[in-house]
Formats: sequence, structure tokens, C-alpha cells
Amino acid sequence: MTSAAPLDPADIRPDFPLLDQQSGGQLLAYLDNAATSQKPLAVIEAVEGYYRHTNANVHRGIYELANRSTEAFEGARQKAAEFINASDWHSVIFTSGTTEAINLVAYAWGRQQLGSGDEIVLSVSEHHSNLVPWQLVAKATGAKLRYIPLGEHQGLDLEAAAQLINPRTKLVALGHQSNALGNVNPVAQITALAKNVGALVLLDGAQSAPHFPVDVQALGCDFYAFSGHKLLGPTGIGVLWGRREILEEMDPFLGGGEMIHTVTLEGSTWNELPWKFEAGTPKIAQAVGLGAAMDYLTALGMDRVQRTIDDLSDYAARSLGEIPGITLYGDADTRSGALSFAMKGVHPHDMAQLLDQEGIAVRAGHHCTQPLMQSLGVAATTRASFQIYNTVEEIDRLAAAIRKAAAFMLGA
Amino acid sequence: MSDMRDLYQQLILDHFKSPRNKGPLPDADTTAQGRNPLCGDEVDVALKFDGNQIVDIKFEGTGCAISQASASIMTTVLKGDSVSHARDLLDKFSGMMVTGKGSLQQLGKLAALADVHKYPARVKCAMLSWRAMEASLERRTVAVSTE
Ligand SMILES: Cc1ncc(COP(=O)(O)O)c(C=O)c1O
Repeated sequence: MTSAAPLDPADIRPDFPLLDQQSGGQLLAYLDNAATSQKPLAVIEAVEGYYRHTNANVHRGIYELANRSTEAFEGARQKAAEFINASDWHSVIFTSGTTEAINLVAYAWGRQQLGSGDEIVLSVSEHHSNLVPWQLVAKATGAKLRYIPLGEHQGLDLEAAAQLINPRTKLVALGHQSNALGNVNPVAQITALAKNVGALVLLDGAQSAPHFPVDVQALGCDFYAFSGHKLLGPTGIGVLWGRREILEEMDPFLGGGEMIHTVTLEGSTWNELPWKFEAGTPKIAQAVGLGAAMDYLTALGMDRVQRTIDDLSDYAARSLGEIPGITLYGDADTRSGALSFAMKGVHPHDMAQLLDQEGIAVRAGHHCTQPLMQSLGVAATTRASFQIYNTVEEIDRLAAAIRKAAAFMLGA
Repeated sequence: MSDMRDLYQQLILDHFKSPRNKGPLPDADTTAQGRNPLCGDEVDVALKFDGNQIVDIKFEGTGCAISQASASIMTTVLKGDSVSHARDLLDKFSGMMVTGKGSLQQLGKLAALADVHKYPARVKCAMLSWRAMEASLERRTVAVSTE
């Protein structure tokens, strides 16, 4: 919790033109923000402005336009570095999103550094994009995967984590915040356990970066990955931040233009950081859009963003929690941003379908966390997830529509 | 939720709440599993034949209202039907899932599921039992042809 004042949706909503539309005969209530967020005008205009006035390929251009394009692109990198309080912009690599960022580490670090006898510790609540790349690494290198289970209150079991993390552990790769449960994981404690045995720590920040202030130096992690599109920015752009010493030691992930220093027919030498990891023409307009999203959020204040989303999430947990027959998932003490639920007798997909009829957009399914669903003993949940433009009225509509859907399906 | 009645028609809700022909078929000739890993829906279909006739059909499973009701309605339509007509209905039903069109005359109460085609994410729910039934029929063909 933060003491910052919450934002007023009346100030925020006009910045998001998409929200001004009807669905199911009502004003759209967009509650699928953990999947992707809507974009403020500042972002839409930044991308359009870039294509109208600045577009040229970056770096090697001799002409003025290319210089301006390069400045816009590299300026976005500076903003990303500041957004996560990275001390060094060379450590900020643009990727297509969290998935590519994690795969970069899995291929360029994991496959090089790990072998049989080594262990990677994950949690059962990981998004598939912080799970499948490590399964592939394990298959290729013989390294073993170990999973931190959920504890009593559906938060990560720290005692089990302390047992699982041992001198064979070379990497702990962990979601900072769960997309399916909303839990903010105890990354400080788990990072301390990892550091004790000399393991590296990768944090999947896809859900945390859009929700609260992130300081990679204070977190003490070695890698931090996030996506632009969940952070009010464009699709197709994300960030991998890594500790510079580690990134320097790693070989490139993809080969091509931009990432090289010299190329001869006998071989090549690599460009310096961060371009060593950015083969090909980069995501220039997307980076510019992401920079605009970060400016927008920073101007609002990430502490106020956090307070707003925390308040909405608490309100939702209280009002949905009163509905007879409902089960709320996740750790009530740390849960924010996303709220997964199930209604007795109503399948999650039927629930989402009935809510859609009321103009309420939520997601139903396994949320790319199948092992988590197995450990909860369910096939799927329905999930509502919040951003700064959501309102208490939307949550009231959600609660009323859940009651109505249950009455409809159960024939009360 | 008045519009919801298009998708969740009374017949569908009825079959969801009180499914017909649900349970094991101990003397089944063939069974096949239908799985929808994305949403966890499960429908197993068991068939018993007499020559070219489906003399008994049962399903077991869990899932959303569409998948379970579709399975239940399917069993009521196919019980006592011929194998060739079952295949024909499968074609017509899956056609209806794509186009939303199907003649009441040919499809009977299966036409209650016509509006599913408007919800592309749910077509796989309605088709699950039909795919399992198809697989169950295939097994018979395989079994027959290797005899
Ligand atoms: C926790 C978490 N990790 C990773 C991802 C993958 O992000 P992307 O699809 O943007 O690469 C997501 C988003 O779906 C997520 O919520």
C-alpha cells in the first residue's frame, strides 16, 4: 500500500478514446487489462507523429531525418531505463515483449551456462512464457526444473522455496506479480535466498511494471522483463534489463544487421550493448510509443497508479466476495490488479459470455498458467483485471452482472 | 440478458441442467475421448452398435453449458440412428457451426445450437462431443476393417 492519493477516473478516461464505445447496448467496461491495456492519446499520437514526421531507419543514417529518428528511438531507451531505475541504459534491450525477453535469456545465457546437475527454480504460478523457455533449456542442457508451490493462502510457499533453492540452483526465474491470481510475489525474500547460493534471479515484470513503481537496483535481480502493451504502450515492444557484467559475457541471441561490429567471411565481432542483442531494424515506432506511455505514467506518478489499482482491486474483492456461491482465488494479502473467480454451477466460459452480453469484457480460461490451474484444482477461472481508467461503477456493474448470470444459468 | 437467450436457448439450458444419456456404457463397442485443453472441457462418447445401427450412446464429461448440452442433445438425436446418417448429421452440424444455417427439417432440435456460430470462441465447445462421436465411429471402422 502506498499513501499516495488515488487518481480520479474523470480526469483519466478522456485520455483513452477507445473506452468511449458501446458494447452489448451499454458503455464498454474493459476489465481485461492483464491481457493488454488500452492506449492513451499521448501514445497514439506519439506513434502517429513518428510516422508522419520522423520515420527513417536508425543509427547508420548520414542525413538529418535519420538522426532525429535515432534520437527518438534512443530517447525511448533512456525513458525505459529511468522507468525501472536502471543505472545504465546500455543494459536496456528492446525486445518484442516479455516472451522474447525471457527467451533471449534462456537461449543466450541458459543454454550456454547450464548443464546437467544445475537447477532452475520457478514457481507453479508462472505464465507459460516464463515456463516453456526453461523447459526447452532443461531439455537441451540436462538442467533440472524445480517449482515453488503455493502455500496455505495461495501465496508462494516461502518455506518450500528455502528448501528448493540450494547450491545447485543457478537461476531463479519468477513472476513479480501473477497474471492469473494478482499476487505480488515475495521477490525480496526469494532473491535473498537465491543470492545466498550464488544463483541469478530473473523477474517477469509483465504485470508488475504496469502496476507499481519498479526499481531494478533495489530489487537486486539480475534480469527484469516486461511488455509495452500491458503498460499503456504499443504491441510489439518490450524490455529486457540485465546486469551489465552478465550481458557483456553473453553471446548474441539473434544474428543479423545492427548487432555486429565487423563482419568478414571468416566471422564477426559483436556490437556493444545494448545493440548486440538487437539484430535487424528495431521496433522504432513502438519504442517511441512506449516512451510516451512511460512519460504519461510517470507524469501521473506510479505511486498514484498503484494506489488507484489497489483501491479498485480491494473494492472488487469486497463486492464480489459477497456474492453467494463465488470463490475468489489468490492471496488476499498481496493480490491486486487481477481478480480470478469461479461461480458455483457456472462454467468460467459461460460466465464470461454472459458478462460480455452486459458490455463487460473479462477473460476466462487458464490465463496461460495451466500448471497453476492444476494446482488450484480447476480447469479455468474467470478473471477481471484493472487499470487506472476503471471505475467503481464498472465493478458494481460486474458484481450485478455476475449475480444476474448466476440466476440465469442456475434458474433461480 | 435477453440476447443471451439466442445462445443459451431454453433447450440448451434444459439439457445442461438435466443431461440425457449421461453416464457409463459398460457394454460399449467403442469409446473415444474429446478434450479441449484450452478450456478444460471433457466429453467422452461411448457407442454400441447392432450392425449399422447405433443402438446405444452415452456420454460422460464436464465443461461449459454449450459443450455439455451439445453432447446431451447429440445423444438423443443419434440413439437408434444409422451410422451413415450419424456421419451425415455430423457434416450438417459442423456446417451449421460455420454458416449459422441449417434446416430445421434436417437438423431438428440440433438447430437450437445454430447461434453458436456467432460466437467463434464457442464453436469448439459445441463440436467437442461430435468430434468424440466421430472418433468413436472411426474406431469401429478400424475394428471392423481389421477383423
Ligand atoms: C506474467 C506474464 N508474463 C509474461 C507474459 C507474456 O507477455 P507477452 O505476451 O507480452 O510477451 C504475460 C502476458 O500475457 C504475463 O501476464
